Amino acid sequence: MNDTTKALTPDPANPPKPATRSSKAASRYAELQAAKPMIECRDVHKYYGDYHALRGIDLTIREGEFFSLLGPSGCGKTTLLRTIAGFEDISSGVVLIDGGDMADVPANKRPTNMVFQSYAIFPHLSVAENVAFGLRRDPRPKAEKAAAVEEALKMVGLTGYGTRAAHALSGGQRQRVALARALILKPKVLLLDEPLSALDRKMREQMQVELIKLQRQVGITFVLVTHDQEEALVMSDRIAVMFEGGIAQLDEAETLYSRPVSRRVADFIGVMNFLPATVLGEEAENIRVDVEGLGEIDIPRAQIAGKDDDDPIMIGFRPEAVNVFPEGQPQTAPRQNGGTIDEVVYYGDMTYYDVRLDEEDGTRSEPVRISMRNVFGRDIPCVGERVTVGWSPSSMILFR
Amino acid sequence: MKSGGLRLYAILYLAFLYAPILLLPLFAFNDGTIIAFPLKGFTTEWFGQMIANQTLRRAFTNSLTIALTAALLATCLGIFAARASTRFNFPGKTPAMGLIMLPLVLPEIIVAMSLLVVLLAVGIPLSIFTVILGHTLICMPYAIAILSTAFSSLDKSLEEAAYDLGETKWSAFRLVILPLVMPGIVSSLLMSFTISLDEFIIAFFLAGNEPTLPTYIFSQLRFPKSVPVMMALGTVLVVLSVLLLTVAEYFRRRGVARTGQKDHGGFL
Amino acid sequence: MSAPRFDAEARQGLAMISPPLVYALLLLAAPLLTILAYSFFKDGYLEVIREFTLDNYRTALSDPVFHKVMLRSVVVAMLVTLVTVVLAFPVAYFLSFAVRAERKAMWLFLITIPFWTSYLIRVFLWKVILAENGVVNSLVTLLPFVDHSPFGNMLYNVQAMVVTLAHAYAPFAILPIYVALEKIDRSLLEAGQDLGESRLMTFWRVTLPLAMPGVIAATLIVFIPTIGDYVTPELIGGGKTPMIANMVQANMLALDNRPMGSALAVTAMVIVTIVSLIFLFLNRRFLKVRQ
Repeated sequence: MNDTTKALTPDPANPPKPATRSSKAASRYAELQAAKPMIECRDVHKYYGDYHALRGIDLTIREGEFFSLLGPSGCGKTTLLRTIAGFEDISSGVVLIDGGDMADVPANKRPTNMVFQSYAIFPHLSVAENVAFGLRRDPRPKAEKAAAVEEALKMVGLTGYGTRAAHALSGGQRQRVALARALILKPKVLLLDEPLSALDRKMREQMQVELIKLQRQVGITFVLVTHDQEEALVMSDRIAVMFEGGIAQLDEAETLYSRPVSRRVADFIGVMNFLPATVLGEEAENIRVDVEGLGEIDIPRAQIAGKDDDDPIMIGFRPEAVNVFPEGQPQTAPRQNGGTIDEVVYYGDMTYYDVRLDEEDGTRSEPVRISMRNVFGRDIPCVGERVTVGWSPSSMILFR
Repeated sequence: MKSGGLRLYAILYLAFLYAPILLLPLFAFNDGTIIAFPLKGFTTEWFGQMIANQTLRRAFTNSLTIALTAALLATCLGIFAARASTRFNFPGKTPAMGLIMLPLVLPEIIVAMSLLVVLLAVGIPLSIFTVILGHTLICMPYAIAILSTAFSSLDKSLEEAAYDLGETKWSAFRLVILPLVMPGIVSSLLMSFTISLDEFIIAFFLAGNEPTLPTYIFSQLRFPKSVPVMMALGTVLVVLSVLLLTVAEYFRRRGVARTGQKDHGGFL
Repeated sequence: MSAPRFDAEARQGLAMISPPLVYALLLLAAPLLTILAYSFFKDGYLEVIREFTLDNYRTALSDPVFHKVMLRSVVVAMLVTLVTVVLAFPVAYFLSFAVRAERKAMWLFLITIPFWTSYLIRVFLWKVILAENGVVNSLVTLLPFVDHSPFGNMLYNVQAMVVTLAHAYAPFAILPIYVALEKIDRSLLEAGQDLGESRLMTFWRVTLPLAMPGVIAATLIVFIPTIGDYVTPELIGGGKTPMIANMVQANMLALDNRPMGSALAVTAMVIVTIVSLIFLFLNRRFLKVRQ
């Protein structure tokens, strides 16, 4: 997000580039890549009668990783989570957890615990009884178990709530009880099925941060199912985007955002503008294309993604990868085009502009969406105003 | 809201519902054999006669035995059916449930007659046992209706959560599902008990020579002499059922409060 | 989200349903099929001759006594249903719309109590109320200038049976209508008035159609047991105005003609089914309107 502020004070030497994480984040990646595999799925298929719910899932989730399964409803993400938990049998393939084959291991014997979408807090038990539920078969003395419950409640910030009736809790508190109840058993993997979908926006954002902190604190693998791309981007080390029972892309959050491998993934994650393009020639490092409204561009081969067979060849770019300024105002972006503002959507901290770019034949392109951070003392261009759009080939992706 | 007229109507309606029942205590304590005004004075003689009556006592114990057994059987079978219908999908579910719920829409005389014909043909002697068989059959749909509501209001993931936390399928059922549907089970037992206690037609045809409370009452109503005793008996029965209902309502409210649901009122 | 799992789930479900299902097959399906079979058999002295015949139905359907009894049963049941449902609707409406939420449980409790008291006793009470020396006559006699038993004997006729049955089944009609009214989204009624309808027209165009499934349910719940009622014709009708249940019983037991009794029972079931299907069909039409 902070690249938009940078773009407002353009530096000719540094054209806008996709945001990257700090070196600290990079070292976390390196550590995770070296960690041992915790969950491995090998060619996992699942049929419900004739319906093919999982179509050959292959993935490896590492120890200590915060992993998300992201996709629209019905894409199979919940089914995949439930096969890992052991609630659903798989039709074929292998699921390994910590190196052990889970084929004949039922859910109550797996080293995983789950936080349910509805939280599944037992309404007839108190908070402490809920948290202690899984300790029934634990041979430790009562006092030790009680201490463990206190500990778990403290970890989720519910110290002193033990004697409360579970049904009297708020949504966020239930969520915490569900977390404590699962984590007290020290599972190797915590599975979270859309855990934040029932919370309001503010609470959701707060819980996202807390979940990340909690994951770093306990250090175990978290697997999150969500349909909210923002939530997945905020929380995860890596994300698997799923469509129709298959994994469309599995990458780190920023790669997924800046280098989606297909138009469908790009459409699902954030907003992306698409403009029709024609390939003019292929060079060793670049592909030369002609784009409606932008002209000829050399796209580096690293910025090429796939597309569905039916789609035309396209150029895609994110709203924040492009700047817009009143016509005539000097700016330093390497490439500049003229355009007209079609629509202005004001968001307080940001403004979205729909701009129609000038074509060579005098017509105007379909509107592209451009986001700009609002700056005190600067006017927001209005509908119909002529503007200059500044951009760089390095933020363009070719879908072909 | 202009509900004044409606309220008056509702109160009159309640009066119509209760007026005949209020005659019961009135004439149960009335010192006269004919049920007519003016009242003749206070007496407890009819209650005394009622308690001394051997056949009536026998009818009472018979009815209790039948109602308790039938309520237990109907509720146990009902738990199976309610859980099957709310939790599983299987081929033939609709016709199977249809058959089980059929007594709800079948005149009792048909159930009684067809059972009687078969029992006689097979050669099973009529007794309390045959009445229990019939009562279990007609109580089962009511039990299922109550229990299905209890089972279907349960979140399926509660059971999964217990299983996920290391319990077996059976202990998950015992620790989570059973306590949560307990108010439903109590309601089902009470409902079945009351239906069986009050049931006349099946008891009339399937009991053989054994009296039950309703068949005994029916036999006594021919004799004007025993009518005041029946008024006394009716009074006792009404008081008992009000007590039973109050207990049931108490359990229902406690169940509602414990699981934090919204109170919608009523058991039906 | 999860589609049915056929193998494991079907097996578990079938295992779960089997105890009650076997019970119902043995004690309900088998007996019903038996009387269906009997109805096509011939009657012999003290036994049933297993020879196919339609005579029982032919005799029953051409018998004027059967016509009269069947007609009486249907008329009584229809009248009782009409009276109970019409009288119950305003009470259900009052309960649902005018009573404060926290007092609803109490009102329901009051309405259900009479339903839990002995049916036989309630029927019998009407006998002592309506009798020649009964409660009503003796009460009115207490007034000055009124002769002994001004109304005479009010028992042993259809009207007395209708009053008795209507009283016995009153709570059955209130509850389903109440449930249907409770389900109505209150904003629909506000929308009706917002769109320019009067309170009365809103009731007619919104509330009533939405309450219809409850009314139909109430109708069935009252109609089915009433048409098969045995006690009221015996006690209030004094055995002089039998209904279908009494006729079935007489043929089965007193006359010991099982095939004839079975044929009557099957005919009664068919008639109940037809009437119920008509009501259900009406209900479906109302439901379709809703969608």
